[in-house]
Amino acid sequence: MGDSSILQLPSGPTALTAKIHPVVLFNICDSFIRRNEGQERVIGTLLGSYGGDGSLEIKNSYSVPHNESSDQVAVDIDFHRNMFDLHQRVNPKEVIVGWYSTGEGVSGSDALIQDFYGREVGNPVHLTIDTSFKSEKRAGILKAYVASTLSLGERQLAAQFQEIQLDLRMIEAERMGFEVLKKTAVDHLPNDLEGLEVSMQRLLGMVEDVIKYVDTVVEGHVAPDNAIGRYLADTVAAIPRIGRDAFDKLFNDSVQDLLLVLYLASLTRSQLALAEKLNTATQPL
Amino acid sequence: MAESGGNPPASAAAAAAATRSFAQAAAAAEQEMPLRVVRVDGLVALKIIKHCKECMPALVTGQLLGLDIGSTLEVTNCFPFPNRGGEDDEDLDADGANYQLDMMRCLREVNVDNNTVGWYQSTYMGSFQTVELIETFLNYQESIKRCVCIIYDPLRSGQGVLSLKALKLTESFMEVYRAQNLTGEKLREKGINWTNIFEEIRVDVYNSSLVAALMTDVETDAYVTQCDFDRLGLSTSPFLETNMEFLIECMEDLSLEQQRIQYYQRSVGRQQAQQSAWLQRRRAENAARKAAGEEPLPEEDPNNPIFKPIPEPSRLDGFLITNQISNYCGQITQFAGQSLGKVYLMDALKAEES
Repeated sequence: MGDSSILQLPSGPTALTAKIHPVVLFNICDSFIRRNEGQERVIGTLLGSYGGDGSLEIKNSYSVPHNESSDQVAVDIDFHRNMFDLHQRVNPKEVIVGWYSTGEGVSGSDALIQDFYGREVGNPVHLTIDTSFKSEKRAGILKAYVASTLSLGERQLAAQFQEIQLDLRMIEAERMGFEVLKKTAVDHLPNDLEGLEVSMQRLLGMVEDVIKYVDTVVEGHVAPDNAIGRYLADTVAAIPRIGRDAFDKLFNDSVQDLLLVLYLASLTRSQLALAEKLNTATQPL
Repeated sequence: MAESGGNPPASAAAAAAATRSFAQAAAAAEQEMPLRVVRVDGLVALKIIKHCKECMPALVTGQLLGLDIGSTLEVTNCFPFPNRGGEDDEDLDADGANYQLDMMRCLREVNVDNNTVGWYQSTYMGSFQTVELIETFLNYQESIKRCVCIIYDPLRSGQGVLSLKALKLTESFMEVYRAQNLTGEKLREKGINWTNIFEEIRVDVYNSSLVAALMTDVETDAYVTQCDFDRLGLSTSPFLETNMEFLIECMEDLSLEQQRIQYYQRSVGRQQAQQSAWLQRRRAENAARKAAGEEPLPEEDPNNPIFKPIPEPSRLDGFLITNQISNYCGQITQFAGQSLGKVYLMDALKAEES
């Protein structure tokens, strides 16, 4: 009897951190753009995997049709199951980890949807993307929550959404290049030499920045900072010390190797052109 | 006055002619406007990269969905095909078709463009020019007039180059291939050689404003991205070595192919020599018979084995191998050019140091 009168609050912070892949963001934005007329937000399922250290990677997503009225939510469960089965066939390692919705923060009906996903997976993550960009700060656009129930004895009173840490895993996006992803239209993909030029210029810019900083410190305009100094020392020490002679040998060897390979490639090409001419010119008749 | 009076109808007729010809031109243009640009959604590119990278040692394929508008083909979404690993082929085929239909149905429900425009596949070092690729193209071509194949090379993309290519077969090659006329003479008639089997189409990337805004917002502040690390990496040998190995293998295949064609040419030459020798003998015999007052024998003998035509080997394999070789050469040249730049960068750094 005594138990039922105790209000049980969830205890302790959640240790869960979520890492999100860029393809999920793109998918959500796309489904938001393609929402039905009059629909205010889109929801969908998040797929991913759990790491050993309590971290969660959100790798994929698909949107699920739903209907919302004042206090009712209807999620197309058949669609959700079908789509999950189809995704499982391609990548069985990706399991349901939660759900997403567009819009700012958590709304009342989210508890119902959270409850539904709670039956699919132990502790579903709820991801929100503010597609109206209302919040000023960057952190306000993307948010992830887990829910815990507040219960009085046997009775469930409410669900409490707790925000969890959300990191972006942008390696794929970086590979592709933000230059390509943040413009609405890109005429052509950068080729290899252009890309190398950009990277080299960036490197040069960084080296110049460092030199400028060191100069100002040496001249006494800026107070020296030990931490930065150590970083710089570590960076310089990371370059292997090679004597001039050894380096020259290394340098010449690589250049000669590359030139040889280049020569071979162009030789092969001219052979091909020649073979082409000979093959079409020689006639058995 | 008479002149100016006579003018309007003439100009009207001219205008009518002009409009008609314009309409005709428009209709003609609509019929056969060549495909110039493939406009890929950022989402599609990321999805392809994800799928290809996750299944990396295995080569994977998937379907492209989008719209065909004028000279651009818009690819707005895609979905991966499950990996085939079973035994029963027929079962798997039906299974794959079902999967495809189910997926399309589901995607239509959430308002995704429900029109197949081609497929994508991953490749290893750009070794994609195969007979299977051509067959797949023809299969797709039966149901979709315009389709492309997007090829992604995960290994090359690890070097800091986004390696997305859109390919299609050239019309002229398709005609010849359908008619199975892959012999030397027919190919020469059509002016086809190994360079015009595949046609590469420019790839544009398109992002919705929403995505562009979001990406600008979440872009990392770091000065250095993974892409820069990939590009500036000094290790060159693994990539070059595999490339060279592939090149050498291809050269061997090509020389085998050449030998086959040479063998064919030699045997055709020998047959012709035999034929003319036989003909001469027959003519001499006929002259002798004429002198003796007998009927001359016919100058042709279909039953004689030396008149049986020798089947000509298909040139397709040779063409494809040549394409591969040229591809490898291109990759080596590009990569070596890049590496030379990096080596000289190191040299400059060293010169600064000492």
